Amino acid sequence: MAVTSADIEAQLAAARPSLGKASLALIRQQPLGAVSALLVIVMILMALFAPQIAPYDPINNHYEFMQMPPSAKFWLGTDQFGRDILSRIIWGARTALFIGFSCAFIGSKVGLILGVTSAYFGGWFDLLFQRVMDVFLAFPLIIMALAVVAIFGTGAQNVIVAITIPLIPRCARVVRSNALAIREIPYVDAARALGFSHMRIILRHMAPNCMAPFLIMLTTFLGQAILLEAALSYLGLGVQEPTPAWGLMLQGGAEEYAETAPWIAVFPGLAITLAVFAFNLFGDSLRDTLDPKLRSR
Amino acid sequence: MYRYIIKRLLLVIPTLLGAALLVFTLLRLIPGDICELRMAGSGGYFEESAIQTCRHEMGVDKPKLVQFGHFLWGIARFDFGNSMWTGQPIVSEISRRFQLSMEIAILATIVAILVSVPLGTISAVKQNTWIDYVVRAISIAGIAMPSFWLGILIILALLIGSQHFFGAPWMPPITYRPIWVDPLYNLSLVIWPAIATGYRYSAVATRMTRSALLEVLREDYVRTARAKGLWEKLIIRRHALKNAMLPVITVIGIEFAFLIGGLVVTEQVFNLNGLGKLFVESVTNNDYAMTQALVMLVVMIFLLVNLLVDVLYAWLDPRIRYR
Repeated sequence: MAVTSADIEAQLAAARPSLGKASLALIRQQPLGAVSALLVIVMILMALFAPQIAPYDPINNHYEFMQMPPSAKFWLGTDQFGRDILSRIIWGARTALFIGFSCAFIGSKVGLILGVTSAYFGGWFDLLFQRVMDVFLAFPLIIMALAVVAIFGTGAQNVIVAITIPLIPRCARVVRSNALAIREIPYVDAARALGFSHMRIILRHMAPNCMAPFLIMLTTFLGQAILLEAALSYLGLGVQEPTPAWGLMLQGGAEEYAETAPWIAVFPGLAITLAVFAFNLFGDSLRDTLDPKLRSR
Repeated sequence: MYRYIIKRLLLVIPTLLGAALLVFTLLRLIPGDICELRMAGSGGYFEESAIQTCRHEMGVDKPKLVQFGHFLWGIARFDFGNSMWTGQPIVSEISRRFQLSMEIAILATIVAILVSVPLGTISAVKQNTWIDYVVRAISIAGIAMPSFWLGILIILALLIGSQHFFGAPWMPPITYRPIWVDPLYNLSLVIWPAIATGYRYSAVATRMTRSALLEVLREDYVRTARAKGLWEKLIIRRHALKNAMLPVITVIGIEFAFLIGGLVVTEQVFNLNGLGKLFVESVTNNDYAMTQALVMLVVMIFLLVNLLVDVLYAWLDPRIRYR
């Protein structure tokens, strides 16, 4: 009797643990990871459904409700322009996650391709590439980001460029060391013997096998990018008013109204901390699961 | 050893040259040139001759190679030209603020080391007890918390605390006086930003101390020391901790980049006139000459610190061969 692919799939499906069982196992093995995953999901939902969830309009000023303390009406109070802080935090999740995901994804993806390419070609190309990466890595993250902002200007798109550029070499370096080992595996030679193009080998054969470091870098970058975006916005060099962004909410009013309205300064910072905390923890658990060898740091 | 240091020093030079080239090209990527952008940025009508004068002053009308050579020669002599905003020599603007930022950076490092080594040690020795959990929670929070928010919270706490206890709100001073002139005043100014930036530093170092110590405590020589009945405190202090310090030193070197970043933002929070604030101002004001100089300065300091860490590492660990 011939085994059809449908049979195999049915068998595989039977062998696969159900979603409920799998998540239960995850909670038992990685309780912190499960908590952080939940936080991440909540944040993503917040960002996606901001217009539905947010109780008030996050942008328009309401001068009759300036600096209201937290109450049943305004759960987290209002800011110096009478805007509901909770609504701005919910909308701010959209900004933070959009910029965070864009930077982390582009940064680690480009880093992945560059790192694999460098390892694949090796020789003088690899050597030169490493030196170039060294130069990029000599710039601390925020210094590089600020320098890029200085040239391209502020605004969401430019912030994404500014944060992504310094992330690329950091990913490329980690991926390269991983890809060096993969390059020695016979299937790469086999692919070359079959006459596949360099690009195909790099993109289809080697890059998918660097998934573990890629995913780890991606989640690490998420936290870093959110933190960096908040810092840039706080300095007035990131996202611009009136866009709701967590770092921006801390700018200006936060210190001025510290005594009379401390909630303006407390809650947006809490949102940043929780977001970065969740992504960092999530990344840690992912790293422990995917690659126990990398645990040391 | 000396050969190793010299070799490492020589290796810094190509990186530095590359960094200079990168900064140089980045600033020439601007559509138009820095003069046009600067004038257009201020808005309104501007004279063509004004642009020409600016170009001449900035030297951007010369061939690129000449410009780059000039730029490098300037770096070598610590002469970065004049600020495009204030018109003052950049070196004097920087040197006026250098001391303050340096002091905060050093103090933050000291705070971080003083906090992280004992905390990490306790956490490792009492692994999986409530002390360990508390320390770990504190250090995880330290990595997630933006330093500028911590700074704002410190100001909040100071304001509310002083109002509550002394009846009058107190804010840390903002004008700098050197520590040898007025030590108390100086510390009351510098300690808060140092704590705000040092928290992340100490959090990372605590985690590293803990995990490094946990690894070392499982080594054979620690078991031998215990077997011969050595006092536990002595084992940890003399046998384990010394070996566990190596990765911690590495992490302190790596994290220095974050310290600089933290400083840039924290100075803004405390309204301190340091290098970080100068940097942000130069970016805001399109002062490219200043931005370029400060980026190069940071890169130089960063490379120097990494060099120091590597040398220290090699010096502390005789197993490392100076290749």
